[in-house]
Amino acid sequence: MTLGQAFLEALESLSGNKLRSGLTVLGIVIGVAAVIAMLAVGKGAEQSITGSISGIGTNLLFVFRGDPANDIRNPKPLTLGDADALRDQFAAPSIEAVAPALQGSGTVSFGGEQSTPDILGVTPDYFQVRNYKITEGEYITEEHMLGRASVALLGPEVAETLFGHSDGVTGETIRIEGQPFRVIGVLESKGGGAFGSEDNQVLIPFTTAQARLIRRSTSDRVDIIFVQAVSGDVVDQASDEITSILRTRHRSPVGADDFTIFTQQDLLSTFQSITGILTVFLGGIAGISLLVGGIGIMNIMLVSVTERTREIGLRKALGARRRDILTQFLTESSLLSLIGGVIGIIFGWLIAFAVGKIAEANNTAFTPVVGLDAVTLATLFSAAVGLFFGIYPANRAAGLEPVEALRYE
Amino acid sequence: MDNVIEAHDIRKVYKMGEVEVQALGGVSFTIQRGEVLSIMGPSGSGKSTLMNTLGCLDRPTSGEYILDGEPVASLNDDQLASVRNRKVGFVFQSFNLLSRQTAITNVELPLRYSGTNDGRRDRAMNALRAVGLEDRMTHRPYELSGGQQQRVAIARAIVNNPAIIMADEPTGNLDSKVGKEIMNLLLNLNRESGTTLIIVTHDPMIAEQTQRVIRLRDGLLDGAA
Repeated sequence: MTLGQAFLEALESLSGNKLRSGLTVLGIVIGVAAVIAMLAVGKGAEQSITGSISGIGTNLLFVFRGDPANDIRNPKPLTLGDADALRDQFAAPSIEAVAPALQGSGTVSFGGEQSTPDILGVTPDYFQVRNYKITEGEYITEEHMLGRASVALLGPEVAETLFGHSDGVTGETIRIEGQPFRVIGVLESKGGGAFGSEDNQVLIPFTTAQARLIRRSTSDRVDIIFVQAVSGDVVDQASDEITSILRTRHRSPVGADDFTIFTQQDLLSTFQSITGILTVFLGGIAGISLLVGGIGIMNIMLVSVTERTREIGLRKALGARRRDILTQFLTESSLLSLIGGVIGIIFGWLIAFAVGKIAEANNTAFTPVVGLDAVTLATLFSAAVGLFFGIYPANRAAGLEPVEALRYE
Repeated sequence: MDNVIEAHDIRKVYKMGEVEVQALGGVSFTIQRGEVLSIMGPSGSGKSTLMNTLGCLDRPTSGEYILDGEPVASLNDDQLASVRNRKVGFVFQSFNLLSRQTAITNVELPLRYSGTNDGRRDRAMNALRAVGLEDRMTHRPYELSGGQQQRVAIARAIVNNPAIIMADEPTGNLDSKVGKEIMNLLLNLNRESGTTLIIVTHDPMIAEQTQRVIRLRDGLLDGAA
């Protein structure tokens, strides 16, 4: 018998008991749909996190004081001098740009409205290093720095809170901690990311912050230095160069660093491993339901073999070999799981789509992604489930003695 | 005339748990090509065992059995399946048709297992024509009367031009009038194509219509062989 005939016969036999076949298929549909949906959610989570990490800058390194992992005694604060030293083209050829910043928070008000965003004192390099764009107005410039100008760039969320809209606000005067600041522009929205909203912040010139808003014990102190490497390949070298320069400047030739360097790649791989575990975990749970569906197939095939004992006996009497019977029943079980697989893929895709829509309705930047790999995996896995759980019943059918089988009532 | 069946000292022993039951205790006979004979005997006489052995559904425990020139006592399961397919046509008491398939598909079944693809439909149609059912080809078994179902079964038995037709109580489930028609059909087919016909029955009326009767009693031949 050819495979095509076996296929047609299996289809005929399965359609002979539609309710039973349908319920068996349903088990596989649920399993495959769960696998597809879960993998899609996992992948979507990974992409959204990867996206938001990439959005914070290009080839970025963060340098901050102390070390959260080790208890360092009296860590030296980072200073503007440190930042300047990192700009040295000869000591640090892998470094493209350096942007020291002061971080604080304060009350911002306009008219009767007020808000408490993060306030950052930044240098003009900051915008390049952090990939910040503006939708209107101008960036913070060297003139602003030199003049310690009372100017501010608003995040779109802050502008929204204060003015009710985020366009056409350039030129207005707001108050930060009671001091008047002129709005020189609005930042482009970055959306909610893994680090809270980056839209809810106000950027002012570094020197202004230093002098008037975010006071530190020594005047040249900085809270964090953002460093951009020349390219993605030299991020590790840049990290080594920063280490060597800062160790020299902090006079710590031995012992642990009194500062911490964190690269974008570190961040990326940390979150990727988290989402990876999440995906495996979700997929594993979904896989269990696929397994249950497979057991359903096996169960129904065993019932079918028992019911059709006489038919098997007859087929053997007419000359069916062991292989013919084996093929017949394996085709049936594979067909069950394959149909379930196809419907399950469609169904799982719909679930993923619905999850995406729900996330969108809740303003979460999260789109589940049904990958070709997930589809391939689910198809192969469901076919394998059908074969695996069909083998035992099919073997049982093929091994029947024709005499016994024909006598069976 | 040549012998289509040569059975020599065939024994069959079944193990029922600890006890061994001897179903056939050394049976020897020959059947000539084209012969019509019946196998008779009370229940428990080894009648079914002999039929299963002759039809290659089962192997004898010992002894030699040559069917159409082929020694079959030592073949494995798949080889036996192939011999059944090519050389034996079965007709059962309860017809044993596939209930969801049409008459023609039922008749085609042996051809499928022999890997015959060319002219399969034509051969099945010819077989159905030979049993007078050319106008019922696409009917399913439940749309046919008992006699028609048995005709389909007979068409299925002859479709592969077998050396012997084994009919196990072929009229057992039919009323006497239809039973007579079926018997006549079987005898006609034997006359026309010369296929050896072996009928297992306990009905003396049926046995009377055959050229020879093999009687079994307690696993042994009873009287003249």
